[in-house]
Amino acid sequence: MSARDDIFGAIRRSLHVTGEEAPRRAAVAARLRETPRGVIPERGQGDSGTRAATFKAEALRAMASVAEVARPEDLPAEVARFLRDNNLAATLRMGDDARLAALPWGSTPLEISLGPSDGDDLNAVSGAFAAIAETGTLALVSGRDNPTTLNFLPDNHIVAVFAGDIVGDLESAFAKLRAAYGAGQAPRTLNLITGPSRSADIEQTLLLGAHGPRRLHIVVIGGAEPAP
Amino acid sequence: MTVAATTPRFKQNAHEALHDERLQGALLHARNFIGRRAAATERLPEFDALRDSARAIKDHTLAHLDLYLEAYERKVTQAGGHVHYARTAAEAVAIVLGLCEARGAKAVTKGKSMISEEIGLNAALEGAGIEAIETDLGEYIIQLRGEAPSHIIAPAIHVTKADVEADFRRAHRDLPPTRDLSQPEQLLSEARGILRDKFLTADIGVTGANFLVAETGASIIVTNEGNGDLTQILPKVHVVIASLEKLVPTLEDAAQILRVLARSATGQDMSVYTTLSTGPRRADDPDGPEEYHVVLLDNGRSAMLGGQFEDMLRCIRCGACMNHCPVYHAVGGHAYGWVYPGPMGAVLTPSLIGVADGGQLPNASTFCGRCEAVCPMRIPLPSGLSFWAFFAQRPALYRMATDLAMRALHLVGRGRGRFSWLPLAGGWTRYRDLAAPQGATFQSRWRARSGSVR
Repeated sequence: MSARDDIFGAIRRSLHVTGEEAPRRAAVAARLRETPRGVIPERGQGDSGTRAATFKAEALRAMASVAEVARPEDLPAEVARFLRDNNLAATLRMGDDARLAALPWGSTPLEISLGPSDGDDLNAVSGAFAAIAETGTLALVSGRDNPTTLNFLPDNHIVAVFAGDIVGDLESAFAKLRAAYGAGQAPRTLNLITGPSRSADIEQTLLLGAHGPRRLHIVVIGGAEPAP
Repeated sequence: MTVAATTPRFKQNAHEALHDERLQGALLHARNFIGRRAAATERLPEFDALRDSARAIKDHTLAHLDLYLEAYERKVTQAGGHVHYARTAAEAVAIVLGLCEARGAKAVTKGKSMISEEIGLNAALEGAGIEAIETDLGEYIIQLRGEAPSHIIAPAIHVTKADVEADFRRAHRDLPPTRDLSQPEQLLSEARGILRDKFLTADIGVTGANFLVAETGASIIVTNEGNGDLTQILPKVHVVIASLEKLVPTLEDAAQILRVLARSATGQDMSVYTTLSTGPRRADDPDGPEEYHVVLLDNGRSAMLGGQFEDMLRCIRCGACMNHCPVYHAVGGHAYGWVYPGPMGAVLTPSLIGVADGGQLPNASTFCGRCEAVCPMRIPLPSGLSFWAFFAQRPALYRMATDLAMRALHLVGRGRGRFSWLPLAGGWTRYRDLAAPQGATFQSRWRARSGSVR
């Protein structure tokens, strides 16, 4: 008997089931179809202004930095300011993202390059799929416009998020994912990122920049306005 | 091939640990977790309601595990991934070695995985001439030291800063001997530089999983360093090794348990990186692995279902029980002698390696109940410890019980798999059923292999 058959057999012997029971199958199918929500903490809830304020406060607690700009066109200047103020190189890597490409990067001194990182990039900018107020978490999905390597290899990661994409809780981010990709479908990688990389493995001393970015800078676009 | 245990020597291990001044100094750091968890749970009024929710999700999943596994396997396959099944540690190792050998792999980077420790994967890879590189900072440190983890989320908690400096000077011989390594920042920076090259050149990345999601076929890892992510996106092949009980039905279910996981572990609301990986890279993806494999390990779990220790299958490996355990604080993780230390280890280990070898561990308890009080999955750890304590003193009764169970099962076909009454054990069975592990097969094999009858 194959290992697979053996394991299914052992599970069913222990549970005293055959796997053919209609009520069990129905219960499983219903849960997978209906994806019921459990307990949703109050903390992330509220109108869009409240959610944006909670998101910012929680992201700061997680040791990210946060800036707000009114319009997408303001993003390049904010990225340039962040890099300059922190004495970081004026280079920037980004994915093949039409929304980012349309912005006025030429009005900044930044040297722009495109595509995934090979490990030598100091700075990268990405666009978030959503942000989660409850914990100050960013949700980034993989794809041509958002190479996953940009989230981890550069020293400094800048993430732009539309204020209208700030949801209250993880469950709402998953609902948004289903709306975009279809029920039961998912992108190759969904990164939920809460602050910069860290480790406390040496005598429980908290240090930033363990393997991933040392700095995480979040730029919220659009204030309380809905996303375009 | 399950890694060898020094668990039968627990008393001696503990005695040595108590007299190890260096270890006693390092262990003081383990107590930091207590205040952090308390602060995080106080900030979340719904924390206890989430614990109930998390427990209910796992109980539901375990009761339907066969069906959720089928659904999960379908989704992984649809996404272009491959699911492999391993009954034992040896089978899991053979599957990973097979994947490595078929691709001519020379170097394997690894995210932190307790299953990897359980199956002894590093030794097997090295034995096959393949370099295995632990990338979690704590795991990297103990790999350099040739040690096992002493804590399930802070594997190097028994090591001091001075130890790490000495280890790095010994291992990183290409770097200038006069460099300053007196600060933790310098140690981290050196490890980051060395491991960055390893990430970029590895052939295969092996990670564990905190969750496997039946709804989408995703594996989820939770880390703070980002090492698990670099392990799973840079090499051409991503191999996930996970035990059966990591299944959850939906993304919503994972979200519930995630809320109690980080708070119970490190006192964070969320760990820095929670990553869902579904299959290999898509046609439109500019990066990510070309192959995605999941090795699903049983190694005793299916036999725990429906029995006395099914509760233990809810464990999400947060470490809260050991962080709050006075015995763990006193002796550290290595004294427990096998992969899983602390209260969760003391309950789980006899289930996985047998009461003859693991039965000393109930002595590692004051039955103070703090572990159960903080367990996010509400596992009744003290009652599991008393169960083993009872049988550790009566190994003959335990063997008789399991042998009887085997014969009874043989006679009645699919029986209940447990006893509501046993001779000489009335004090136990009056209040609960006695698990009859599905076959004393592991123990009889263990006895046969070690060539001695205990």
